Amino acid sequence: MSEQTAYVDKRIPVYPRSVKGVFRNLKTAILIFAYGVYFILPWLPWNRETGPSQTVLFDIEDRRFYIFDLVVYAQDIFWLAGFLIIGAFLLFFVTGILGRVFCGYFCFQTLWTDVFIFIERLIQGERNARIKLAKSEWSARKYFLKISTWLAWLLVSFWTGLSFTLYWGEAGQLVIDIFTGQAPFPAYATTLFLTLTTLVMAGLAREQVCTYMCPYARFQGAMFDQDTLVVAYDDIRGERSQARTKPTKENLPHDFRVKNEIGDCIDCGYCVQVCPVGIDIRNGLQYQCISCALCIDACNTMMDTIKYPRGLIKYTSEVQQTNKKHNWFKLKNIGYALALIIVSSVLVSAILNRQGSELHVQQIRQPLYITLSDGYIQNRFSIKIFNKQNKPQDYALITSGLEHARIEVKPSGHFTVESGESVTLNARVSVDPELVKDEQEIFQFVLVNRNSKNRIAVDAQIFLPE
Amino acid sequence: MSKEKQSRTVQTTGHAWDGDIQEFNNPLPTWWLWGFYATVVFAIVYWIFYPAWPIGDDYTKGIGNEIEYTTKDGKTVTTHWNTRALYERDLQEARAVSDKFAASLKDVGYADILKDADKSNYATSAANVLFADNCAGCHQPGGAGLPGHYPSLVDDDWIWGSSYEKVEETIRKGRQGIMPGFSASLKDAQVSDVAEYVLSLSGESVDDEMVKRGQKIFHGDAGCVVCHTKTGQGNIDMGSANLTDQIWTVANINTKSDHDKKLVAVKKIINNGINRSMPAWEKRFTDTEIKMLTLYVHQLGSSN
Repeated sequence: MSEQTAYVDKRIPVYPRSVKGVFRNLKTAILIFAYGVYFILPWLPWNRETGPSQTVLFDIEDRRFYIFDLVVYAQDIFWLAGFLIIGAFLLFFVTGILGRVFCGYFCFQTLWTDVFIFIERLIQGERNARIKLAKSEWSARKYFLKISTWLAWLLVSFWTGLSFTLYWGEAGQLVIDIFTGQAPFPAYATTLFLTLTTLVMAGLAREQVCTYMCPYARFQGAMFDQDTLVVAYDDIRGERSQARTKPTKENLPHDFRVKNEIGDCIDCGYCVQVCPVGIDIRNGLQYQCISCALCIDACNTMMDTIKYPRGLIKYTSEVQQTNKKHNWFKLKNIGYALALIIVSSVLVSAILNRQGSELHVQQIRQPLYITLSDGYIQNRFSIKIFNKQNKPQDYALITSGLEHARIEVKPSGHFTVESGESVTLNARVSVDPELVKDEQEIFQFVLVNRNSKNRIAVDAQIFLPE
Repeated sequence: MSKEKQSRTVQTTGHAWDGDIQEFNNPLPTWWLWGFYATVVFAIVYWIFYPAWPIGDDYTKGIGNEIEYTTKDGKTVTTHWNTRALYERDLQEARAVSDKFAASLKDVGYADILKDADKSNYATSAANVLFADNCAGCHQPGGAGLPGHYPSLVDDDWIWGSSYEKVEETIRKGRQGIMPGFSASLKDAQVSDVAEYVLSLSGESVDDEMVKRGQKIFHGDAGCVVCHTKTGQGNIDMGSANLTDQIWTVANINTKSDHDKKLVAVKKIINNGINRSMPAWEKRFTDTEIKMLTLYVHQLGSSN
């Protein structure tokens, strides 16, 4: 053993160089849009008859979520399952066809890392300057630059954490409360936790999150096949038989390279320098690659400068590289699409057909039936009525079926339920056992909304002694 | 930089066994190591602020984590952080809320409590717990009673009266349900006749002759009318059962079983009598608790 054994795998820091191009612009546009939505949404006002005037508010205390005109109650938690299933299948579908576009363009780890690198560059300068600064001795200038970078990161992190917290309370008041020490403990805990995780993940951990921590990065390979789009280096054109070569006056013209079987790659290293995960795309598809396409921008910029055709690094697939026809309609992709369509339509129809009122009938089982003094058999029911509309509603509870029965509902007549509130009624249903045809005769409780004339019916059963 | 990364091959630890067996060295990632250090730091901070280390039969209590709570008896306890104390403090807070409601019920009549949704909700919920702890042993959870042993509270037949005052009296003072046995004073045939008559009061008889003989005994020598009254409807002041309705409070009669079985069941009661008692609860409950239970029991049964 010539060198000392290392028990710790030290991270080699990555200092990505900036680049201009189509994909960089696309990434920036997505970043601005995503940040716009995330940071501004809790501040947008929204008119509601009742409830807070905030576009999106997750009110844990009152167990309801306000999302634009939709009010989601605790009972609607199943929608969350639908939403998550849609998210998962959308991810699988897109990954199967387009590869890791989520990783490269939409993942918050990518977005925040991007912003942190931008701040880093703004304060410490371009890649070379940052490497030089990192290697230099500690001086007043280095302290100043490093500390101001961290402070700027801290500010972004804090605002990130705070914005997340604002979704769970009325934004304006909550911000005042947080800064005056009046906010509840979870608000501080959430803000602090997210500030720290943002700072650590986007400032320190960066590409290690994707390579070591992210579970999606681990299993996304399962969705890949030879038709999936990947960012790849055209090694046939780039290397030819004589391999990539640094440019000289003689071999720079494209014609010369083609004629002499020299690769089109001039080995400038730009694609490696811009890579946020610090890999060399020319080594082929690697698990660290998040398909951010910045190397495409870098290579195209260089190709334009030296007047070579673009596309030495490009979005392509294994099939395309071997000049075969691309097959978009694979059973796998159709399956993902089908699942996506089914779940989406179920969720959308569930949301569109949501009832403004809920009626729950529960039979009281202790005891199941009671013999009354006149020989009638009584069953009791606990009936819960929930008003999910944004106005108070006037209801009446009636029954249908069991015409011969005596039915006593308390409170009787009609009653008003406030928006978002529920009431519990007690119903006693007594029947003459001689008149009941079936031992468990079925009848219905019907909730009549006296405002909208809507009716909701729920089945109930009469139980008799055996 | 990435050149460095690629040039790196898997190292060995440098040990060699049997000349050629070597051990790969796959180094820990730095972030993992820092995570480990963070847990160590966390543990040390935890030891300082929370109970942690055993020392003999004692242990370190942690600093700056005192919890103060008041027990049910009004004693104030200050202790180091522990989950038991947190629980006691939660109980104290719950008691404060509950006591406020209980106090609001103190000088209020039954009718007024029922009018107030908050008060009647509190009374019903609190009484539900009291009932389960104290009454359900005999009357069963839900109040259905045990046929032949403990009366049902959910039907519309009130042996000792259905008014709030009567129900409250029942709970306060308890009840003694006593009927003498007639096996010594009546012959078996006579008992059968009386039983047949009693069944006829609920529209159950088959033998008119027996009914006539039984009626005579019921209204004459045996003296059943003294308690059960001439009409057989009983008397709530003595707790004598109403024999004319369809509810059998003591005789274990299934409405669908045949006539002979019913006769046997009724005869058994006439022969042996009844001796049931319910204890007085006056000294075990506060006035408010009795009030809440009265409301609860009253609404279990039909109000008519």
